[in-house]
Amino acid sequence: MATVVKQKSDVMLNYLRPKMKFPSVWCPGCGNGIVMGAFIRALDKLGYDRNNVAVISGIGCTSRMPAYMDFSSLHTTHGRALPYATGVKFARPDMKVAVITGDGDALAIGGNHFIHACRRNIDITAILINNYIYGMTGGQGSPTTPSGAFSTTTPYGNVEKHFDACNLAIGAGATFVGRATVYHYPQLEKMIIQAMEHKGFSLVEVVSNCHTYFGRLNRKGDASVMLKEFKENAVNITKAKTMTPEELENKYVIGTLYVNNDKTEFCDEYHKLMDIAQKRKK
Amino acid sequence: MAKNKRKLLQGNGACVEGAIYAGLRFFAGYPITPSTEIAENSARFLPQVGGRFIQMEDELGSMAAIIGASVTGMKSMTATSGPGYSLMQENIGYAYMTEIPCVVVNVQRGGPSTGLPTKISQSDTMQARWGPHGDYNAIAVAPSTVADTFTETIRAFNLAERFRTPVTILLDEVIAHMRAIVPIPEEGEYEIINRVKPTKPPEEYIPYEITENYVSPMPGYGEGYRYHITGLTHNTYGFSTNEPEEIVVKLDKLKNKIDKFQDEIIKLRVDNMDDAEVAFVSYGSVSRAALQAVSLARSVGVKVGTIQLYTIWPFPYDKLKEICSRCKKVIVAELNMGQIIHEVRKALSADVEVLPLQRYDGEILTPTQLLEKLEEVL
Repeated sequence: MATVVKQKSDVMLNYLRPKMKFPSVWCPGCGNGIVMGAFIRALDKLGYDRNNVAVISGIGCTSRMPAYMDFSSLHTTHGRALPYATGVKFARPDMKVAVITGDGDALAIGGNHFIHACRRNIDITAILINNYIYGMTGGQGSPTTPSGAFSTTTPYGNVEKHFDACNLAIGAGATFVGRATVYHYPQLEKMIIQAMEHKGFSLVEVVSNCHTYFGRLNRKGDASVMLKEFKENAVNITKAKTMTPEELENKYVIGTLYVNNDKTEFCDEYHKLMDIAQKRKK
Repeated sequence: MAKNKRKLLQGNGACVEGAIYAGLRFFAGYPITPSTEIAENSARFLPQVGGRFIQMEDELGSMAAIIGASVTGMKSMTATSGPGYSLMQENIGYAYMTEIPCVVVNVQRGGPSTGLPTKISQSDTMQARWGPHGDYNAIAVAPSTVADTFTETIRAFNLAERFRTPVTILLDEVIAHMRAIVPIPEEGEYEIINRVKPTKPPEEYIPYEITENYVSPMPGYGEGYRYHITGLTHNTYGFSTNEPEEIVVKLDKLKNKIDKFQDEIIKLRVDNMDDAEVAFVSYGSVSRAALQAVSLARSVGVKVGTIQLYTIWPFPYDKLKEICSRCKKVIVAELNMGQIIHEVRKALSADVEVLPLQRYDGEILTPTQLLEKLEEVL
């Protein structure tokens, strides 16, 4: 057992930045660490040349993640990670590009960029950590905050409706869409591997715990209690298909929700266009 | 010697030709009058030279995408106008902070807000200096002819690469849409500057190392140097910091790299100033009217000269003071309610009278109007 633990931590240490200050900015028990662990193990298993991987983020607790990991990392402006990533990927289609984002970053301020990245089907993997609240600014309501839920900007309960990030991505044209929770981290790791290997725009939504704000303001308990709630209320997509909408209320549908391998990828198509343009010039 | 190629080009087209000559290989943009032809020409010509064009969902995305492309080592550009330029400011600020070279063309139109989409204006000169929030130093250039647009675009790319910073090209609507014959230089005829790459091995590389000229070598993503880029104020290793000493080092770097090397950036055209008692200071399309006005006034013996600002930022305070030392009066002619005139006042000694000639009704300043103003002040 001891050797197994040692090997696992060696993988992590190998990918964490020596000059970066630890501990991280995240609260103890934050789901972001679980996702970073899954991401590192997935990338290690994929065996990509690390020099050929760019990890890009916007603003928020989640978006601090790339700084800790030893890849080419780009910590950009709020909501704009996907267009920055589009620039990197389009300029260097041979690079593997992952975007780490949160519910506010991707779906509020970056909502327009999100749907258009899906529409283009550009080969980027977006890992959207959904903790239902703005953490870094101290617990304000986000586009995924459920109706009725409390936050510092919904002190009487949220009167708005929430986005389903996965349905939004499928509707906008993404070609790989999956959901996991931070409790189901082995599934998450596998899903990140599949998403990174998928050619086209892929979304991995990770249901995560912000016990500090969402948990506290909604009396959901500490990190461990929230993780147990994810375990109890998660329903695999295969089973979910047999359930009624009423039965699925307040459940987390997890698993690979959508895959389309037939749609062309943006950079590939542009490459063909370049050939045509160059022939016409002659 | 082979005769140079000549092309009939629109100002916006000359911008794209110049950019490709300078090494542009990535354009991201969003349609907006009066800059749209820059995007259209990029879409047509970039793939022919192995470059890439993408129409983004908005100007925020356009600016973000060109920074992302530049991070991989590719020379990149976007083009927009007034309202789009406002939207780009957030990510232009990111490029200042992270020191990513790129070129932003702003074909100016009247404002504020949607303003005058098809009319000329020079009212974004201050936005080109102070657009994004925070402290930083800016470079902006202003062509006055279609041929100028070709060469100034090359210069903008060279400055962006040399100083690792975004560079703004302030273009006037009439130049952007005017057609003229432009000499196209052979490859190698104009010097092309490329960003300095690190010579140190990756394990010794310090991304924001303070060098002699304050500009740090910059590898492209995927070239074996794994480093961090953030818009947060960062130390020389590129990681965010709240340490007062490190904050000062970073902000001084942004200031000094341009302040201390202004001579490499400032470009003026000075005509008839040796004995001039009155001078016109102008930029962009107005400088053409100024040259014509001075030529007419000189023909009847008026001692008047012109100074054209090709570089708007950094502003040439010292050079202007030196050139205007014998002048009694300086007329600042511009298509706004008074922007660059304030910088001219700062530059000149108190005994030089600085007078405005301003037009902001969406029309050009003509040589006749400049002559009328000259008559009035003489």
